[in-house]
Amino acid sequence: MDMANQARIKEAAEKFGTGNVVVILGAAEAESAGLTAETVMVGDPTFAGPLTNVELHLPVFHIFELKDLIDPQVYEEQISMMEMVADVDEVKAEMERIRQECQ
Amino acid sequence: MEKQFFADKKICILGDRDGIPAPAITACMETVGGEVIFSSTECFV
Repeated sequence: MDMANQARIKEAAEKFGTGNVVVILGAAEAESAGLTAETVMVGDPTFAGPLTNVELHLPVFHIFELKDLIDPQVYEEQISMMEMVADVDEVKAEMERIRQECQ
Repeated sequence: MEKQFFADKKICILGDRDGIPAPAITACMETVGGEVIFSSTECFV
């Protein structure tokens, strides 16, 4: 997760409170989704960015996980193409695993 | 997850250039609720 975005997430959590901020991801790969989720929950695992040793425990979801909540027409227009090529089940499973691991 | 959960939340969007870009996620979240406070499309390459 890039340094600038780590800084922005940290700022948002400090400004609005960790209970009021939610992070939504669009990563194509389960691994990168998992790494980003881990970063906003328990800190930067690479120890390189502003979230190093910062445990925000922010709620984090991949957009694939929110399909049922999104207007079906908008989802179809914006996401369905990527849904056909990405391993949706793998991404969802990784997000669930990381959330449980980083609780 | 209930839609209500997002109603009063500040939403941070981290899109992926090779996955789903931030504007597409923003369009979706506008139909769910909450306030998008920033969105960014990362490149993992």
